[in-house]
Amino acid sequence: MDVYTFLIQLLNGVQYGLLLFLVASGLTLIFGIMGIINLAHGSFYMIGAYMAFTLSSLTGSLWIAIVAGTLLAVLLGVILEWALFSHLYKRDHLQQVLLTYGLILVFEELRSLIVGNDVHGVPVPALFDWSIPLTATLSYPVYRLVMSAICVALAALLYVFIHRTRPGMMIRAGASNREMVASLGLNINLVYRLVFALGVALAAFAGMIAAPVSSVYPGMGTQVLIICFVVVVIGGIGSIRGALVAALLIGLADTFGKVFIPELSGITVYLLMAVVLLWRPEGLFRGAA
Amino acid sequence: MDATGRIPRSGMRAAALGVAAACALAWTGTTLAQQTKIKIGLMLPYTGTYAALGTAITNGFKLAIQENGGKLGGREIEYFTVDDESDPAKAPDNANKLIKRDQVDVLVGTVHSGVALAMSKVARDNNTLLIIPNAGADEITGPLCAANVFRSSFSNSQFGIAMGKVMADQTKKTAVTLTWKYAAGDESVGGFKEAFEAGGGKVVKELSLPFPQVEFQPYLTEIAALKPDVVYAFFAGGGAVKFVKDYAAAGLTKTIPLVGPGFLTDGTLDAQGESAQGLLTTLHYGDGLNLPKNNAFRAAYAKTFSTPPDVYAVQGYDAAQLLIAGVNAVKGDLSKRADVVKAMETAKIESPRGAFALSKSHNPIHDIYLRKVDGKENKVIAVAIKNLNDPPRGCKL
Amino acid sequence: MSVKRVATGIALVVLMLIPMAGATFYTELVAKIMVLAIFALSLDLLVGYTGLVSFGHAAFYGIGAYALALLTPKYEAASLWVTLPAAVLAAALSALVVGALVVRVKGIYFIMVTLAFAQMFYFVFHDTKLGRGSDGIAMNFKPVAAIGDAASIDLGNATHLYYFVLAMLVASFVFLRVVLRSPFGRALMGIRSNENRMRSLGYPVYRYKLASFTIAGLLAGLAGYLSALQFGFVNPELLSWHQSGNVLLMLILGGAGSLYGAVAGAFAFIALTETFQSMTRHWQLALGTAIILLVLFLPGGLASIPGLLRRAPVADVDDG
Repeated sequence: MDVYTFLIQLLNGVQYGLLLFLVASGLTLIFGIMGIINLAHGSFYMIGAYMAFTLSSLTGSLWIAIVAGTLLAVLLGVILEWALFSHLYKRDHLQQVLLTYGLILVFEELRSLIVGNDVHGVPVPALFDWSIPLTATLSYPVYRLVMSAICVALAALLYVFIHRTRPGMMIRAGASNREMVASLGLNINLVYRLVFALGVALAAFAGMIAAPVSSVYPGMGTQVLIICFVVVVIGGIGSIRGALVAALLIGLADTFGKVFIPELSGITVYLLMAVVLLWRPEGLFRGAA
Repeated sequence: MDATGRIPRSGMRAAALGVAAACALAWTGTTLAQQTKIKIGLMLPYTGTYAALGTAITNGFKLAIQENGGKLGGREIEYFTVDDESDPAKAPDNANKLIKRDQVDVLVGTVHSGVALAMSKVARDNNTLLIIPNAGADEITGPLCAANVFRSSFSNSQFGIAMGKVMADQTKKTAVTLTWKYAAGDESVGGFKEAFEAGGGKVVKELSLPFPQVEFQPYLTEIAALKPDVVYAFFAGGGAVKFVKDYAAAGLTKTIPLVGPGFLTDGTLDAQGESAQGLLTTLHYGDGLNLPKNNAFRAAYAKTFSTPPDVYAVQGYDAAQLLIAGVNAVKGDLSKRADVVKAMETAKIESPRGAFALSKSHNPIHDIYLRKVDGKENKVIAVAIKNLNDPPRGCKL
Repeated sequence: MSVKRVATGIALVVLMLIPMAGATFYTELVAKIMVLAIFALSLDLLVGYTGLVSFGHAAFYGIGAYALALLTPKYEAASLWVTLPAAVLAAALSALVVGALVVRVKGIYFIMVTLAFAQMFYFVFHDTKLGRGSDGIAMNFKPVAAIGDAASIDLGNATHLYYFVLAMLVASFVFLRVVLRSPFGRALMGIRSNENRMRSLGYPVYRYKLASFTIAGLLAGLAGYLSALQFGFVNPELLSWHQSGNVLLMLILGGAGSLYGAVAGAFAFIALTETFQSMTRHWQLALGTAIILLVLFLPGGLASIPGLLRRAPVADVDDG
């Protein structure tokens, strides 16, 4: 493989990893701050993608769809937390797993009822609908570069939010000691509700910006969910930094795995996880960071 | 019985009740139905990604029956429907429900090859007549063929063979193939490789990715580095939509021609839009096929179901036509299985795709068309191969 | 004579009489449910009694099934006495290896890594030449259970197969009962209630958890083998996380931490899915809603109903 192809494959891997990070960050936040395992997280990604499809068809603009969709996702998150997830804090893991598993079934079937089972494409916004020629035969779609830039920006924003703002401080405090924070007079329920809504919004947002690239189809949620689990396991529960590093690792491993060991490419990601587990059972990083 | 071996009185009564209940259940399960109705079991996907295909096949099937007077060999028909969800794991169960619980005379299905493989095994084990209106797994009319198993659609390798020949005739020298790694994809690509290399070309690399993944960027990068004369890709449904779009976005459509079986562009043109224009594909059906039977079929279908038919509807229609041929020969007496099979084997079906007969292993021998994407249609521009047989590899019929 | 024993007696008698009703379809259906009951029992040891929630148990179920498929020659029958131990051993070994890695982590991590490892096995069977792909493997002949020259039972006969499965179910149940009543079993329950305390008491907690994981995997392999035996067909979806989710669902339906609950859960699960499927094409919506309501309002499952009715504290795990 020549240098150019290698560099382009590197770019492919990073771009895939960045998108994974966006989805996984929501998952790790919910795990780390609230201690709840949420299998339906992939469904939020799917819901985001389908919202992008329906809203952009209605309004004719992907940007409007994304803004509207994100607001709707926040609303969905608040309602879900209030109605269902707030009951799960005291329950054991088996019940959390099952309730969120049931939620996946409900979301998938609702989607089938409301939008149907067809596969849909979402048009790339005209502004970015062109490609940069990299070699004589290969061009790279600009929209993918834009997507990666957005992911990086969001990662930075998240970091600043969690570590440099008051709400972020409350969230970190709530993660370490829920009762203490509540007895200090802060509304811990509100904090949790916001964190959950943030997690949902992140996943949905990822689905929305990825929609033009990945197309919109049933089953897209479950595909992304399991990889996100691996990201969180490798990165460490509750660690945003860990999720970023792990997602990039996985993006690269997956991409180069496909090129060098195609028959085993599906397993590369899990082998990576097994190796990390042997070395660091709790993941590469720890804590809400 | 408990540890001491005694069964308490109350237990005895309960047991007796239990037995009575079980007997009643069994009796209602067995043939209570009238002897005169023909039972047809439809095992197709009615939910999930292939739901539209299942519905189209059912519609086509029922249209043919309707045109036959709504009866088969003078007998009324009773339908039993099971949604197979395109799930091979549930296939034996679902097939058993139709064959053993509902005791169907004929089993019709399905779309997904994995499900069909399981279905064909259950049908063979129980000697039930099975007609497959889509799943193209080569094996079913290959080593796993049987006297009671028929197919009205195609076998996976046929389209690859046709395209391989066309590309070799166009003097393309090198090719790269890309597909999902499962039976349908492997067989399609295998057919292409066979015909292409027989015609003087060479497949320089065979790429594959696990089904149903759709992250194509690494593969597109590799294709660009290899610079073949043509790329043959097998994808269907959502994967096909994304692949064609990604291929165009990578700028490859202009420099390296992309070809494939009809699934690459059937039912997906709305979503693919600009990126699919001009693509060549091979299939046993296409738009603008000006045959009298096709025109009549399309008109009748559109009138009955308020939507135009597609290749899946044609396959369902032909499955029914095949069955009608068999049942008519014995005037409705399905116990004369050998005569039914013989009639179906020797039938010449007037299909909307063109007339076809069945091969020795019960697969259609039909024309494969070369189509080009023009706007929102796959226009038939030529016949790629006439009367393409399905070589019965390993079939002992 | 306690109510529980009477009920068990009745259930056993009914189970034994079902094939005599003559309807092959229902004989096969109940046999299928009994295989799932073994699967549920195996997971109950891990989840209900050791407190380790595994979301990847289907991996060992699938390994047991694939072992039979891969050991069966294409044109002749294999031997039951060879393939059954081989399949169970394969599942147990895999469980041992995976367990050694995953049992070191706890809680949410454990759930996620078990899921991830199951996915890995799924892909091994789905993608590599070993598993022959997403369409699965069909076995042309069922294994033969011959002793010497005489064929003792014909596994191709639905009734014989039924009784064989029933015997396996009873054997598994009794085996687990014995294990749980032993000091080893008591220790597992201690680990479930307070792992740190057990550790400070000097128990090698890691080893106990690993043993539990391995035994659970072994029994799951048995269930998988029987499933492949019954259908003559294996497919990577046997290892899918839907399968892992379904068996967890059986536990919560019947009540985790109760052996009877596990068995009842398998029956309840099939009854539930069959009912929903016959009612509507969107049965997954009904199932999902049912699961959510179940978790919210009846987390103890069916086994907790007698307790609720009696308003007594939850039944002592001694009752199995």
